[in-house]
Amino acid sequence: MKKTQTQADHSNPVISIRGLKKSFQDYAVLRGIDLDLYQGENLVVLGRSGTGKSVLIKIISGLLKPDAGEITVLGHNMEQITEKELQDLRVRIGFSFQNSALYDSMTVRKNLEFPLVRNRKGITRAEINTAVETVLDAVGLSQTINQMPSELSGGQRKRIGIARTLILNPEVMLYDEPTAGLDPITCIEINDLINEVQQRYNTSSIIITHDLTCAKQTGDRIAMLLDGQFQRTGTFDEVFDTDDSRVKPFFDYNFIH
Amino acid sequence: MDTAESATTVKKNSKFKQSLINFFTDLYKINQFILRFFREAFVPPFELKEIVRQCFEVGVRSFTLISVTGFIVGVIFTKQSRPSLSEFGAQSWLPSLVSIAIMRALAPLVTALIASGKVGSSIGAELGSMRVTEQIDAMEVSGTKPFKFLVCTRVLATTLTIPILSTYTGLIAILGGYLNVSQNEGTSWSAFIQQVFEPLTFVDFVASLIKSIVFGFTIGIVGCYQGYNSTKGTEGVGKAANGAVVTAMFLVFIEEIIIVQITSWFR
Ligand SMILES: Nc1ncnc2c1ncn2[C@@H]1O[C@H](COP(=O)(O)OP(=O)(O)OP(=O)(O)O)[C@@H](O)[C@H]1O
Ligand SMILES: [Mg+2]
Repeated sequence: MKKTQTQADHSNPVISIRGLKKSFQDYAVLRGIDLDLYQGENLVVLGRSGTGKSVLIKIISGLLKPDAGEITVLGHNMEQITEKELQDLRVRIGFSFQNSALYDSMTVRKNLEFPLVRNRKGITRAEINTAVETVLDAVGLSQTINQMPSELSGGQRKRIGIARTLILNPEVMLYDEPTAGLDPITCIEINDLINEVQQRYNTSSIIITHDLTCAKQTGDRIAMLLDGQFQRTGTFDEVFDTDDSRVKPFFDYNFIH
Repeated sequence: MDTAESATTVKKNSKFKQSLINFFTDLYKINQFILRFFREAFVPPFELKEIVRQCFEVGVRSFTLISVTGFIVGVIFTKQSRPSLSEFGAQSWLPSLVSIAIMRALAPLVTALIASGKVGSSIGAELGSMRVTEQIDAMEVSGTKPFKFLVCTRVLATTLTIPILSTYTGLIAILGGYLNVSQNEGTSWSAFIQQVFEPLTFVDFVASLIKSIVFGFTIGIVGCYQGYNSTKGTEGVGKAANGAVVTAMFLVFIEEIIIVQITSWFR
């Protein structure tokens, strides 16, 4: 299903990054990132393996500290943020991990309840059950509620991971390779889910991927990470209308082979 | 030749320097970890349900091994002590000797060593694999407090449960001792028990209790520290589990020596 273009409000970035740099030992992964994520849009970040895509969203969510640069997330400057503010901010950001990161020792139900009961004081049992059922329904996996993560398939795990972040009604979603390692049909289902989340929960999202079908189906805007910087941004067609040898193979591999 | 030699000396020196630096940074990090435990463990909301669950985990994991070992230690210790005592015709002191040895030293030590192996390693592996598979990061980014939920609960559980297990080990070991004594000397249960409690003082009980608490805390903290800070990759999990056992056992022996020294001042 091709995506219906969403009108993003370009005057109002929910995430704004200027001059972000990050190195590990001697290796400079991010070398001056500038990025705006606008209210209501799906921004796809493309890049080769090891270019620092995961590092970028880990910095946005405060899991890693940048070496330099200014990052503003939902009006908070990440450098001056206090521990308490960071905790409150994180509730407003959903983070879907590359490997799902479900809690192995808990059932699906407990996985979903975990962030909810700890962030909504005084929530009743009935409200918890309703919330769990609602998000499970949204990702289409109501029947798995009492299963353990080890009993789920990779695609199911991805969806439960997304459900676990949706349960807090996030304003921003960060998806780390939502379709990696899944079959084409499941990929399309996940892409649809991402678009549905955008519509239904009115989220602004960053979607990391190297799957161009996913990029085309979900992205309102594409940003291509090359050599530690965003060197090409725009719509899908704009980004790939080039002979750049670092960009073309991406397109050729996905749509010609 | 000369320059090559001095180059290797420099290399050796800098290697030594590096490991010294690593040692002190580790020490600093462990210190921070312990301080963080005290900062977070006693502030509400408490994860009571999880603490209780972890207490059961600790108990269940080590129960069988502790029962068997405690019993065997009691029997063997009694059996092996008999010849030396009977040389002086002092077999009648056997129950007192057994009780002192077990209650003062053997029970807490044996329990702590077994728990290091059973509980410490599984805490290290569990938290290590949660770190490696980004489950801890996932807790963090969802606005929950993984340190509190994972570390504080486990450390409290070991600190509370190991003393109970130690007491249990002591009782089982004394039971083993009794079976051996009643078989050989025909001592009655009531006479045996009276002799068991006679030599024990208040200081003994307090010292044993404190010792068990310290051991329990050590096992919990070391296991959690290794797991929580384990490095990426599956081999990090194995390292965390292994490191938890080795370090905890080592520290248990050191603490044993220190606490014995201190209690001897109070006797
Ligand atoms: N915690 C860390 N410590 C050291 N190096 C790291 C760490 N995290 C990431 N790196 C390095 O940063 C680089 C980028 O990693 P990252 O995980 O962001 O890649 P990626 O773009 O997400 O790749 P992939 O598509 O394979 O997931 C890699 O070379 C990696 O080795
Ligand atoms: Mg990645």
